[in-house]
Amino acid sequence: MENFEPVIVAFCCHYCAYTAADMAGSQRLPYPANVKIIRVPCSGKVDALHIVKAFEKGADGVYVAGCLEGDCHFKSGNTRAGRRVAYVKKYLEEIGIESERLEMVTMSAGMGYRFAQTATEITEKIRKLGPSPIKTALAL
Amino acid sequence: MITAERKPLEELIEYIKPFKRILLLGCNECVTVCAAGGRKEVGLLASGLQMAMLKNGSNIDIRQHTLERQCDPEYVEELVPMLDGAEAIMSMACGCGVQQLAMRFKDKPVFPAVNTKFMGASERQGVWAERCQGCGNCLLGMTGGICPIARCAKQLMNGPCGGSTGGHCEISEEVDCAWQLIWDRLKALGQTDMYLENIPAKDWRPGGGSGPRKIIREDLAE
Repeated sequence: MENFEPVIVAFCCHYCAYTAADMAGSQRLPYPANVKIIRVPCSGKVDALHIVKAFEKGADGVYVAGCLEGDCHFKSGNTRAGRRVAYVKKYLEEIGIESERLEMVTMSAGMGYRFAQTATEITEKIRKLGPSPIKTALAL
Repeated sequence: MITAERKPLEELIEYIKPFKRILLLGCNECVTVCAAGGRKEVGLLASGLQMAMLKNGSNIDIRQHTLERQCDPEYVEELVPMLDGAEAIMSMACGCGVQQLAMRFKDKPVFPAVNTKFMGASERQGVWAERCQGCGNCLLGMTGGICPIARCAKQLMNGPCGGSTGGHCEISEEVDCAWQLIWDRLKALGQTDMYLENIPAKDWRPGGGSGPRKIIREDLAE
């Protein structure tokens, strides 16, 4: 696909990454418009089905952004999310989608810079990987 | 509960390849509890199959539904209006559910989406362990509530074998020696005299040794 602009879905925890995105905005830090943020009450709320559905609908990449280790507002939502992401990565491989298209990241609410940096890095990684095989198949 | 695990996607794709429209069915009972074939897993599998098929250049229409129980004909009957146009059925229930469907819908191929494993209990979240083999003649009253048939690799009836070391079975450090567990529990209960009771050679006929089993409750059966 020419002029490929990846669509990336970021499930962001209300208590950290979503606030960090806000912080990035306040600090006037730019990050790619490719990242579509979905606010969730906790990264642990993100189900395997949400991630898989995002790919089915044509997302090129997905990441789940939760609180730093030990900092989850609900105690262990972020570690559960991490395990779930690892599980879905294996499932994606089974389906035939590169597991690198899915990531779990952590940050605190004050890390505006980290939010912008993560969004940029993941966008660039997905750009290099190219369109998801599902998006390519859907376009045919 | 009856535990199960999803089959590899590759195997499932082979089953559904020839069809254009299938019905994917979950079950709200055991397979929901062991996270193998409930509503959520049906959604995940439908999405995964759809994508895998799309990637291979073919399109498939997968309708999803989850029954209260697949092993009861009353619930299976609900499917009649849903089957219109479906060329095949894929079931995420245990083997009982799959067979119930195959018996009711004789003109549709029925495929299993899970491998039925064992009758087990939840050890902790996400971990299920075998606890019963349905031997048909429960001994738990004599063995401190720990089953030597389901939990001893050799199904020994009168104490451990020589492979019991430090409380573990010789097949793996991860497996507890059932007879060690039984002994510890009988000791804690002050019932060690039960350990001395000789359990005679087991009659395996009630456990399936004389063919498929059936229970008929005359007060209930029609």
